[in-house]
Amino acid sequence: MAAGLTYEKIQSQTLSSTQSAIQFLSISTAYTDLILVWAYKAASTNQPTLRVTVNGNSSGYSTTQLYGNGSTVASTRNTSASFWSIARVSGTPSTTAATATIIMNFPNYSNTSYYKSILARTASTDSGVELDCGVWQNSAAINQIDVDAATSNDFGSGSVITLYGIAAA
Amino acid sequence: MPTTFVPINKSIVGSGGTASIDFTSIPQTYTDLLLLVSAREETATSAVCFMKFNNATANRSEKYLQNNGGASPISSSTSVLQFIMCQPTDSASTFGSAVIYIPNYTSNQHKAVMTDSVSENNGATAFMRMIGGLWADTSAINQITLTADTGDIAQYSTAYLYGISNA
Repeated sequence: MAAGLTYEKIQSQTLSSTQSAIQFLSISTAYTDLILVWAYKAASTNQPTLRVTVNGNSSGYSTTQLYGNGSTVASTRNTSASFWSIARVSGTPSTTAATATIIMNFPNYSNTSYYKSILARTASTDSGVELDCGVWQNSAAINQIDVDAATSNDFGSGSVITLYGIAAA
Repeated sequence: MPTTFVPINKSIVGSGGTASIDFTSIPQTYTDLLLLVSAREETATSAVCFMKFNNATANRSEKYLQNNGGASPISSSTSVLQFIMCQPTDSASTFGSAVIYIPNYTSNQHKAVMTDSVSENNGATAFMRMIGGLWADTSAINQITLTADTGDIAQYSTAYLYGISNA
C-alpha cells in the first residue's frame, strides 16, 4: 500500500455469522496512525468487554476507562493486564441485535522507538458511553490486531469492522 | 486516489442565522458518514442542537456523559438526538464543536451514532458531552437536519458532511 494516502481502507470485515473474535493480520506499516471503526451489532445479552491485543502478544497492557451509563459516571483502571479492556463498563449493548459505534485510534503504530497507545470510544444507547485510553509496554510496530471477549459469540452478523490507515507524510 | 473521506456537502450560515441546516439527497455510495459542526445558537440560552435523520422524530434516543469543568460529571439519557453548541451567554465569537460519526448509514440495521461535542468559550461555563445515540430505524439515511432547541443557528456556524468508504 502506497504511503501518502490518508484515511485509506487497509482491511474490512462484514460478519456474515456470529463471531467470538475478529482479527486483522499483516497490517501494513506504511501509515502513521490506524483507526478501527466498528459498526457493532450484538448477538448476545452479554454486553462484553472488548479484549484488544496486538501482535499476538498477551502482556504489558494497561487501560483507564471513563464511562457514563445514563445515570452513573465513574472511572476504572487495570494495569499489567494481558489485553486492553475496551467498553469495560459501557459501550457494547446488552440487548441482542442492538447496535453500537466503536472507534479505536492507534497513534504512531508503526513507530519502533516507544510504547504503543490506544484511544477508544464506545457508544451505545443500550449501555452508555465510554472513553478508554491504554498503553502497551512494547515498542514493536503493530502488525496485528485481535479483539475478542470473555464470552462467546457476542459479535453479530451484519457487524462491519474496518481498519483505516492515516498517513502523516 | 483514495476513495474515502470525501466532502459531500457543506453549509455555512449567513447573515441573520438560520432555523435549520439541512443535508438532503445524501448519496448512498459510502460506508459511513462524518459530520463536523461548528455552531452557536443565536437567541436562546439553552444551547443544544437537535439532529434528525430522514426528517423523522420518532425512535431517537441517546445516553451521554457530560461535564463543565467541575467536580461532578453527569450521565443521563434523552429521547432525541442532540449535541452541545455555544449560546448567546457564552463569550462572543465562540462556536461549539461537534464531531458526529454515523457508521453503516445505508444498512438495514438500526443506526448507532457517536458524537463528541464541546462549547469551550473561555467564559464562566463550558460543557463537553460524549454521546451514544440511536435512531431505531432500518431505513438508509438520506437526509440530516440540524435545528437549535429554540431560536436560530447563528451566522458563521458551519457544517461539513463527509463520506467514508471501505470499498
